[in-house]
Amino acid sequence: MIKVLKPGLQTTVQDRGRIGYYEIGMPPSGAMDKYAYTVANMLVGNALDAAVLEITYLGPVLEFGKRMKISLTGGEIPPKINGQPVPMWTTLEVREGDQLSFDFVKGGARVYLAVEGGIAVPLVMGSRSTYTLIGIGGFEGRALAEGDVIHTADMIRKPVAAGASVDASLIPTYGKTHEIRVVVGLCSYRLTEESKETFLATEWTVTPEANRTGYRHRGERLQFVEREQPFGAGSNPSNVTDLGYPIGSIQVPDGVEPIVLLHDAVTGGGYATIATVISTDLDRMAQVKTNEKVRFVSVTMAEALDARKDVQTKLGRVAEMIESGS
Amino acid sequence: MKEVTQMQTRYEYGGDEFIFVQLSEAMSLEANFKGIAITRKLKEASLEGVHDICPSNASYMVRFDPDVIPPEEMMARLQQIELEMEGLDDITITSRLVDVPVYFNDPWTHEALMRFRDRHQAPDSTDLEYSAKINGYDSSEAFIEAITSAPFLVSMIGFVPGLPWCFQMVPREKQIEVPKYVRPRTFTPERAFGFGGAFSVIYPVQGAGGYQLYGIAPAPIYQKDQTLFDFQESIVFPKQGDIFRYRSIGEEEYQAIREQVEDGSFVYHKKEIQFTPGEVLADLEGFAERALRRLYHD
Repeated sequence: MIKVLKPGLQTTVQDRGRIGYYEIGMPPSGAMDKYAYTVANMLVGNALDAAVLEITYLGPVLEFGKRMKISLTGGEIPPKINGQPVPMWTTLEVREGDQLSFDFVKGGARVYLAVEGGIAVPLVMGSRSTYTLIGIGGFEGRALAEGDVIHTADMIRKPVAAGASVDASLIPTYGKTHEIRVVVGLCSYRLTEESKETFLATEWTVTPEANRTGYRHRGERLQFVEREQPFGAGSNPSNVTDLGYPIGSIQVPDGVEPIVLLHDAVTGGGYATIATVISTDLDRMAQVKTNEKVRFVSVTMAEALDARKDVQTKLGRVAEMIESGS
Repeated sequence: MKEVTQMQTRYEYGGDEFIFVQLSEAMSLEANFKGIAITRKLKEASLEGVHDICPSNASYMVRFDPDVIPPEEMMARLQQIELEMEGLDDITITSRLVDVPVYFNDPWTHEALMRFRDRHQAPDSTDLEYSAKINGYDSSEAFIEAITSAPFLVSMIGFVPGLPWCFQMVPREKQIEVPKYVRPRTFTPERAFGFGGAFSVIYPVQGAGGYQLYGIAPAPIYQKDQTLFDFQESIVFPKQGDIFRYRSIGEEEYQAIREQVEDGSFVYHKKEIQFTPGEVLADLEGFAERALRRLYHD
């Protein structure tokens, strides 16, 4: 049992996501930073699809009702137990009555708290992830609130001893400027050649509209190729006949403020999509904060797949390290 | 199928997990039927590593696991399915005809749209009056008659869970087209019936929105608790390929249906229908007439 003394800015239950319902307009939700999420579960010996808490910007204050292993991964929001700093990316043991709190965020934006056995909430359409827009999944379909009491499940795969940790080389670091790799495509034919270059050359500033549904960026104005709008597409040059939006796809309504759609986003609509963030860098996007800088870097499919392999290799090494008890 | 062969298909990657296939830049029944045919074939193939198959208006999208099926292979499969499709005439589509009651000019959406006049093209008229005028109708009544006299194809589901984009099954010259609000509203009532571009929608949940608002549906299209008969298998009612007939109702029937929804007894009136895209496109008016007869009299 874990008691929520203070909820933090937005603390939600998340897992790997609700996959397979995009067709009915249901986004996957799920942990925004899958690498950090997966390592958090590994460190407490959970099944890799166990539910964790995703903590955003401002951490909660939680009280543990029994002895258990926990781990904290992701951005640098320094954690404390009973007021004493504790390391992230490490298997910790807490006792009954221990309180977990956090300092102000130093780097990144989201921390993952895994507890031994995972968070116990009902499966909704195959996932425990919270989707707040329609209020399903997670803890009563919403972010945690003061006074909530959450329980742990029994999704333990193999117990891990306290003190296990992840080598520094396997821990991502976050500055204030971010390179996010994208595959240019989808409806990028709608942008002028010049604007395609501008899109990749601009250092974009993340606006306050940056959350689980998407990140909006301020910078240059982009121009669309002039045309007579096709039937059904709507009148603005940035409009297309309503279509599906991939997760990570980038649209530029009216040519201003590119929006990267993320895990809780709308699944389709009438804006031209011009590029897609590669799956690996969705993790990095999750650790970007308002007012930080983002540059979109164009990569090929082969490079995107290499990046994907790299992450899998790293996760394999983390698993080995924990297994060998180092 | 002259129009189909003239459509230019565009295959694009959406990062390393998505492929987006644009069948046509313009909306048309042909493009939508083609998307239905391809995505239904793809579903039947039940390929390992395919997570989502999402048909949309004039395009479709697939989410796949590139560790299971390499992107080039996935794309080749999709291209192959398109190549193997000879025409739309030999495809039979089975779908549902559904009676969808709508209370036009209702007090709730009226209140909502009046609140956001400063975001609208025509602050001095209602959305119905404005839309009737720019589409060449003498009155709101004549405009409502045009919406309710011919059925709509549910051409895409998305945006939020269950929202149906519906495209009227009438010749191009009779298609209604309206702009979206100049700036989106911050509020739209749940179950509001709206129109934007060439599409009508029903908003599943309360929220922001930019479509012109004409009325409200008494019956839900999304039900989280799944207590109604039509929601036993899914929290959303509409399916791509459904054919909706919007029927204009008054306040009395609206309230009666609301009571049925509340007490759990409401069931959509619907019939199964089979058609080929070829026969529909050859005679849209004849098809509409037959569809309505089947829905209400067979």
